[in-house]
Amino acid sequence: MTTERLTDDGWHRLHPFSPLVRSARGLVAIVVLLLASLAGRSGGLWDVVSHLGVIVVVAVLAFVSWLVTRWRVEDGALRIETGLVRRSSLRYPLAQIQAIDTVRPGLARLFGLSELRLRMGGSSGGAARLAYLTATHAEDVREELLRLAAGAHRREEADADEPAVPSWVDESRLVAIATPQLVASIALSGLGVLVAVLVAALIVVAVLSPHAAAATVSSSIVLILALATGIWRRFNGDYGLTVTQATDGLRLRSGLVQTSAEVIPHGRVQAVRMVEPILWRPFGWARLEVDLAGRQRRKGENRAESKQLRAVLPVGLRGEAIELLARILPGAPAPEDPSPSRARWKSPLRFHNLAVARTDELVATRSGRLARITVWVPLAKAQSFRWSQGPVQRRLNLADVFVDTAGRRVGAALRDRDADEARAELDELAAAARRARQAGR
Amino acid sequence: MDWRRPSPRLRTLRRLEVTALGLLVAVAGGLVVGLAVATWLGGVVFVGALLVAGVVDVLVGRRVRAWGYVERDDDLLVQRGLLVRRLSVVPYGRMQFVDVVAGPLERSFGLATVRLHTAAAATDARIPGLAADEAARLRDQLATLGEARAAGL
Repeated sequence: MTTERLTDDGWHRLHPFSPLVRSARGLVAIVVLLLASLAGRSGGLWDVVSHLGVIVVVAVLAFVSWLVTRWRVEDGALRIETGLVRRSSLRYPLAQIQAIDTVRPGLARLFGLSELRLRMGGSSGGAARLAYLTATHAEDVREELLRLAAGAHRREEADADEPAVPSWVDESRLVAIATPQLVASIALSGLGVLVAVLVAALIVVAVLSPHAAAATVSSSIVLILALATGIWRRFNGDYGLTVTQATDGLRLRSGLVQTSAEVIPHGRVQAVRMVEPILWRPFGWARLEVDLAGRQRRKGENRAESKQLRAVLPVGLRGEAIELLARILPGAPAPEDPSPSRARWKSPLRFHNLAVARTDELVATRSGRLARITVWVPLAKAQSFRWSQGPVQRRLNLADVFVDTAGRRVGAALRDRDADEARAELDELAAAARRARQAGR
Repeated sequence: MDWRRPSPRLRTLRRLEVTALGLLVAVAGGLVVGLAVATWLGGVVFVGALLVAGVVDVLVGRRVRAWGYVERDDDLLVQRGLLVRRLSVVPYGRMQFVDVVAGPLERSFGLATVRLHTAAAATDARIPGLAADEAARLRDQLATLGEARAAGL
């Protein structure tokens, strides 16, 4: 597809199957309800007719919503018009595009469709959605939009040294996740252990009294479902994850049923976190996650899940994680400078993990009680700095320093440092961050 | 460093709040216990509540004095807290917007709270009990400096 086609072709429509895919869950629910009510009653002709009527009305509404939705690219912006009664026209300037993700829910894959999700800059961070296009068309549109966006960037900032046409050829694969390792890692995670404990308890109860076990299962069915979906989401989200290096950043692809592809653009990473749970330690495994600004909550994600960061390496050897980290944040130091030994009294469980490191561009901290958690924050992205001292810390002449970032409350925490050193560090961090910001401009 | 402090009227306001609450608890608690259990116990509750209010009053006064802020060349420093002492540094270039809030009680004392927002949710910088004109000056000053030094995400 050429530029001319996308820009001058006038209005486009979404794929005709879009309303079907989008309302699939609702439709299934309705059909199940109807079947249940039909089976329950003896079922006169009127019942069937009225039920069919409901389905027809829903189908017509979905069709109309598809009919009145159209999109086009003009004047360096993507325009989406939708709505029959209350017409709305949305305009998304291409220059503000941060990244374009491809999302493919299970049913959409069945029909060979994908959704394009445009992540926009700005703190409101609204995302433009084109749901759905055929898979090949979606890839074309995605590349075309990115190309146009790069062009728009260039016109806005004459000195930006982005390549005129991003080449997608030199992609090299950095990470590929093996399924057995992923399963093992989930089994050894907090969620997995919780399930194991519950199952063990249930077996004990079942041996003692089968009746009680059945009652427990039926009464806690909601909890069981919640656990199952939690595990499923984790598994599906990380299944078959591959990370490749592209010109615009790191590209992630993953998913078993709902697949998603997203790009972590260079220079948009707010923080990187490496988690090493205690149960993974014998295998030397680690999880590497990144925190981005303006990442949208995915559909179906609840609040707790949306707080989770995007894993670029759901599970892997520590060395692999460090290697990947070097790609994301070049020159990231390993935290080596430990807290003073008197901090043992204030944080007995954490103490052996406490360490920090700082370069001109980055600050790294290590902490965590059971899991070892290492956080890297580019100083150019730091939003504010806090120094804090509680009563116990005052007695021991210790203090914390926090580096706050935009994103999901992941920040670097320099815990239990010497109080005077911490006070000096606060000013030095602020000064270093200022220099980093100016250098980046 | 030259720390600026909230207006002394904030202390009066906080003490008034503590006194009112203390009196309410003392009278209500005293009456209930006095009528339901024994008159002398009601008296003890009354006096006890007043004593607690007195102690809280002193602490509140000290907490108000613990607030402070300095406008440095590139960032704003905000200090607060008595038990847990905190010090926040907010670079002007990172400020997204500045709020000035005044509740009805604060307004009757001619006070306002200035609150700074950055892109980070954890940023916790507010300065309560500023005289209304000082709050307005600070807001404008911060807005000007923030615009001059704004940096992208």
